[in-house]
Amino acid sequence: MSEKYDVIIVGAGIVGASCAAECAANGLKVLVLEKGPIGGGTTATGMGHIVVLDDSEAQLALSSYSQKLWNELAPSLSEQAEYVQCGTIWVAADDEEMAEVQRKHKLYTEHGLESKILDNKALLKEEPHLAETLAGGLLVKQDSVVYPPAASYCLIKESQKNGAIVNIPAEVKEILPEGAVVLTDGTKFLASAIVNACGWEAPVFSDNAPITKRKGHLAITERLEGFLSHQIIELGYLKSAHSATGDSAAFNIQPRKTGQMLVGSSRQNDSETSEIEHRMLSKMIKRAWEYMPSLRDVQVTRTWTGFRPATPDKLPLIGPDGDSGKIWIAAGHEGLGITCSLATGKLVCDMIMDRPSEIDPKPFSPSRYAKGKTQNVR
Amino acid sequence: MSDKVQIKINGKEISVSPQTVVATAIAREGISHFRRSVTGKPRTPLCGMGVCFECRVTINGQPNTRSCQVLCEEGMEIVTDD
Amino acid sequence: MTEKTLKFDIAIVGGGPASIAAACMASENGKTVAILETSPWLGGQLWRSEFPRAKTRQPIKWFSRLSEASAKAFLSTTIIDAPEEKTLLAETSDGNLRIVYDKLIIATGAREIFLPFPGWTLPNIYGAGAMQALAKADWPVDGKRIAIAGSGPILFAVAANLRKKGAKIVLTAEQTDLMSFLRFGMKLPLLAPSKILQAVEYNSQLIGVPYKTSCWPVEAHGTEQLESVTFTNGKKKWKVDCDYLACAFGLTGNLELPRLLGCEIDSDAVVVNDYQQTSLQDIYCAGEPTGIGGIDSALTEGRIAGLAAAGNVKQAKSLFATRDRYTKFEKAMAKGFALRDELKNLATPETIVCRCEDVTAGQLSEFNDFKSAKLQTRCGMGSCQGRICGSAVKTMFGWEDKSVRPPVYPAKMKNLE
Repeated sequence: MSEKYDVIIVGAGIVGASCAAECAANGLKVLVLEKGPIGGGTTATGMGHIVVLDDSEAQLALSSYSQKLWNELAPSLSEQAEYVQCGTIWVAADDEEMAEVQRKHKLYTEHGLESKILDNKALLKEEPHLAETLAGGLLVKQDSVVYPPAASYCLIKESQKNGAIVNIPAEVKEILPEGAVVLTDGTKFLASAIVNACGWEAPVFSDNAPITKRKGHLAITERLEGFLSHQIIELGYLKSAHSATGDSAAFNIQPRKTGQMLVGSSRQNDSETSEIEHRMLSKMIKRAWEYMPSLRDVQVTRTWTGFRPATPDKLPLIGPDGDSGKIWIAAGHEGLGITCSLATGKLVCDMIMDRPSEIDPKPFSPSRYAKGKTQNVR
Repeated sequence: MSDKVQIKINGKEISVSPQTVVATAIAREGISHFRRSVTGKPRTPLCGMGVCFECRVTINGQPNTRSCQVLCEEGMEIVTDD
Repeated sequence: MTEKTLKFDIAIVGGGPASIAAACMASENGKTVAILETSPWLGGQLWRSEFPRAKTRQPIKWFSRLSEASAKAFLSTTIIDAPEEKTLLAETSDGNLRIVYDKLIIATGAREIFLPFPGWTLPNIYGAGAMQALAKADWPVDGKRIAIAGSGPILFAVAANLRKKGAKIVLTAEQTDLMSFLRFGMKLPLLAPSKILQAVEYNSQLIGVPYKTSCWPVEAHGTEQLESVTFTNGKKKWKVDCDYLACAFGLTGNLELPRLLGCEIDSDAVVVNDYQQTSLQDIYCAGEPTGIGGIDSALTEGRIAGLAAAGNVKQAKSLFATRDRYTKFEKAMAKGFALRDELKNLATPETIVCRCEDVTAGQLSEFNDFKSAKLQTRCGMGSCQGRICGSAVKTMFGWEDKSVRPPVYPAKMKNLE
């Protein structure tokens, strides 16, 4: 029979890696199981933007707590992780969006988060390639960008330094409520706690995870040093992220240390395949050059797609899965997986060790979707 | 009437025959490298057929252009990565 | 919305010999034809400098025939995507272009295989075919000391062509051993008698040029550019001073477009039936992407594809025997010039494998699979999207990455819509 672990983490994407690192750092005996490359799923397809979002108090709390953790972790990340605190500029196209800028600024200030309102002139000074007709924006200096697969790798390596065992490739067949994980080849592992950190695949191992796939397209450009300094997002991004139905594109661009730029974003609810859909790509890039006209002549090197794990209320599931007391779920972060991964790791470890967390974990509790509760689940 | 084409390479005016490939014009100027790699090493063309991307230079302000796939045109300005 | 959409019965991607042959056949059989070529010239690699004015017998014949045909050639036109059924999106020198076709013929040719060895990224190291193509495009070779290394009869052609242009060939190093080489040579009368004449021609042109079998480069030296190369015969090593090194180890088809379209591919070749038809009914493939075979194969396959796509089954069939003869030659070549194992292990941990991202062999060897290696080191994620390092990682680690995403070549954002 196999030995017993304190914690088994299923999935070595950014969330799983963070859980592993945190649990191992706290002296727990950790086993990580992953069927593919570390950080090779959704983690590999996203933008790696560490950003505070304020759709709800809970989201604001989780993302700002996690961002703080990223800033603390940054000095120990490898060079490959390409961590840069380049800041975010939320761009307003018109007066209506400028009002939103004002609101955000006020909210951030109330929460002790720094931000600066930019008028048209100040905006163009920060980012000369932006369209001249934009009304202004909000500069959030403490946001950062990171290369997620490498960051996941760092976190896994860190967990190994603290004694974690990493078993790759290991394809999980089922998670059993009595505290066991069975692989497709029949191998069985026992643990006091099992964390389902499988992103959009979490529902494979859980009946209480209303997580759906939300497809996104991305493009990466040629190397162009000096073109862009901050991550830039249009305020319409929030409308796009919030809408539960329909296909949408919202301008989002990120400078990489390499000089390349990541261009996004798009959201689709009903697309299952990972193929590039030309009309979505088209929609996305057209939106991009509306905000940055000179992008028209920038060369795109490659495009790809990824699936965000989405929940109906746009908050992740972090907490006990079912009543066994042994199974936990940490998934469903939609577009905030990278940002919120570190806080998620902390919350999961706190729960397993039955100690209080720095923020209230209740809003993320999977029990809000437990069977018997009326929720519109697809 | 001369059928030569006037171009500039790194600011220097030179005269080439029509149908001259930009990469050739650069090499004939004795320029020892076309671009610098991501770790700063000098590079010259490798494949000669547009698949290796080592011959990239800036042509008329457009960076990252494969010089082995472009013919010299009147007034063209070419800048190699120094 | 694209600026322009054009419709053709038959679209041919690539402008080399196979394409030209296909275009002539299809046109002559009453079809509207478009040739879509990425570079500003027609002729591909083997007929470089034969455009706009052909100089040698075979291209003169074919270019003349093409000029009589109604096929339309689009130069500086690069296929970047296949956004809808029977539609190609191309980037041109002044925008983009949509080509709608009834049948498609892919004749995208081949590129050289580069196996990394210490110093191979120094300036003035080129492929072998590359050196020839560049020389045809007037690259300065006059008076240069050039070492040639690699495998196969191409080395003779390269040496002879360079010598004609005034180069001093300091060494021609064939990696294959003498016995295999001679065995191949003895098959020529049966398989490709015309090649013997060519061989004799080269032989006379190459008197005085040092030629060695069982010989390959192990290190290139120089500070800012190439100064010398260390060669070995497996027993001893020696240094050869040179200005250029022309070195490559065979060819591999340009398969990005057939992969993108979903054509069946096996052992790095597009799977085609007797009529050069791929696994997708309306898509044909001819020349190197169906298997490396040189110009005669390419021309024959191009003709068959053009005829078949145009519906002229009878005439297509009449060429099967010719093609099969060339296929036998192809196989003998592959056997005679198979790459030796030593070539797989020339790289040291410091040797760069991915030139676009400067990833070393040492960095790659940390990983057990390509997906992890790619994600963590960015190998294959640069501009060439693995076209150069792909063969290297396959040979060195047995890794393969078959994913292709648009754009097939880097393209301006405005041309992607």
